[in-house]
Amino acid sequence: MTTMDTTESMNNKNNNNNEDDMEKAPNLFMRLLRNRLAAIGLFVVALMVITAIFAPWIATHPPYEMDVTKTLLGIGSEGHLLGTDNYGRDIYSRLIYGSRVSLIVGVSAVLFGAIIGTILGLVSGYFGGTLDSVIMRFMDGLFAFPFILLAITLMTVLGQGLFNVILAVGIANIPGFARVIRGQVLSVKEEEFIEVTRSLGARHGRIIFQHILPNSIAPLIVYGTMSVAGAIISEAALSFLGLGVQPPTASWGSMLKEGKDFLVLNPHVATVSGLAILISVLGINLLGDGLRDALDPKMKL
Amino acid sequence: MGKFILSRFLNMIPTLLIVAVIVFLITRMIPGDPAAVMLGPQASVDDVEALTEQLGLNEPLVKQFTTYVGDILKGDFGTSITYNRPIVDIIMDRFPNTVILAASALLIAFLVGVPAGIISASRHNSLIDYFVMLVSLVGVSMPVFWLGVMLVLYFSVNLGWFPATGMGSMNDGIVPFLKHLILPSITLATIPMAEFARITRSSMLEVVSQDYIKSARAKGLSEWIVIVKHAFKNALTPLLTVLGLQVSMMLGGAVLTETIFSWPGMGLLIIDAIEKRDFIVVQSTVLFIAFIFVVVNLIVDILYKIVNPRVDYSSKGGS
Repeated sequence: MTTMDTTESMNNKNNNNNEDDMEKAPNLFMRLLRNRLAAIGLFVVALMVITAIFAPWIATHPPYEMDVTKTLLGIGSEGHLLGTDNYGRDIYSRLIYGSRVSLIVGVSAVLFGAIIGTILGLVSGYFGGTLDSVIMRFMDGLFAFPFILLAITLMTVLGQGLFNVILAVGIANIPGFARVIRGQVLSVKEEEFIEVTRSLGARHGRIIFQHILPNSIAPLIVYGTMSVAGAIISEAALSFLGLGVQPPTASWGSMLKEGKDFLVLNPHVATVSGLAILISVLGINLLGDGLRDALDPKMKL
Repeated sequence: MGKFILSRFLNMIPTLLIVAVIVFLITRMIPGDPAAVMLGPQASVDDVEALTEQLGLNEPLVKQFTTYVGDILKGDFGTSITYNRPIVDIIMDRFPNTVILAASALLIAFLVGVPAGIISASRHNSLIDYFVMLVSLVGVSMPVFWLGVMLVLYFSVNLGWFPATGMGSMNDGIVPFLKHLILPSITLATIPMAEFARITRSSMLEVVSQDYIKSARAKGLSEWIVIVKHAFKNALTPLLTVLGLQVSMMLGGAVLTETIFSWPGMGLLIIDAIEKRDFIVVQSTVLFIAFIFVVVNLIVDILYKIVNPRVDYSSKGGS
């Protein structure tokens, strides 16, 4: 047991080799807030999460309530903050509910891709050899498809629906995570503390999950955050093409699609739904950039 | 160099094969009878059976795959039922249009993004630097399909400067052709433009702190020569690394851009085929785009080697 503790402490030492940074700022959160852009990003993300959770209280109308007597009203109409769409549905309320779809797809799809991609990357990088070649060749194959095109193709086969969007975007996320993690494993694998652990008779499982994976957490967090932004855009793109969530579900992408058809009569349906996508994606990207700088400014991501 | 190109070329073959396997597997994931789905609910049982026979869908999966790969090798992508033409012909009609769009977008992205990055880096922490960084930050976060719709709204609907949809014919002269091209190109160029600006800026900043730049300055060379001739040349390599990725992103972005502007390229072909449930066209076009991307990456790798001869590919495949 004592021998294991030694390797553990060596491992920790390796984790904290930026001790100067550590002294300057007590924890990650404080370092993050010190970066003004990252703080803005965090604010946007927090706002989005709150909006999604408390949507029924923040929205002024049920998102699917139609009123054919009040179609295509402009911004600031009575009772409708941002006007109504072609079915007379309240745009502000649909926008609020739309954050749910974006957030659910963004987080779930990335978790799906991250879990499978991480396992593949760990196995591939740690064991190497034929297994590595086979896995990485397959990943190269998946990488040959432009991200959105892979998602589009999968959606054609799977059919519309929230779960299928998560699945399609999730699968498209796998090769990216596999590559990032594999690269990280390769660089950590040769470190001394891994060799020591191995020479002490630690099993592969223990080395991978107790020593290699913890050292891959930082790039995983940064890459994962950035991927959420990509997944949100992908969901919106799929719904914009009519391949995403099923109508009448309020998604920013499907709102943009409907808004595009009424661009001349009521241009702000398209304008506000796209702005919602842009602001949330920008916020997540700012947070991702900030996390990278706070965790390790030299990270190659 | 010849050996390097050959080995990269041979490396490409398994990747292409796997791409073919993936497309094959995805299309076999269609729930139910693909022939019935393609023909729609009104089709008779006989028609469905005839199409199943024609597509070889009643054969064992392995047999289907070997036939499929064999046909691809012969350059035969099959015949589209909805277009009633060989798919190779349809793709060859559409492919040049996508190339025109992507090439002009890449040109805009390069001509705007790279100088913006250079200026930004040479005036580090100035107002112009912050401005370029802000704009490129918004650029990389841009949902391009929304940008396209907004450009149509302002420049076509409100101002009437450019046509909202379609592709002009060269026969009508160069001006209408360019007028049709400009909005889709800007839409497609936005993300690579922002990426180029960011990459150029960060690699320039890294290079200008090196000793040889200091000594070039100490020699009394003008700032312009130092930046363009000495610094930029060495900042070019990271730019090339993202080029391959950007081309992939653009081929994907082209699907959305072409849909918004009804640009008759490969992307619009895919979306049309999806609406008509013509899976054979979807499958072949997606496969073709993936092949193009693999080839583009090979070219980028070779360019990379020419710019930076010390690159060692034996350890490639990391982060």
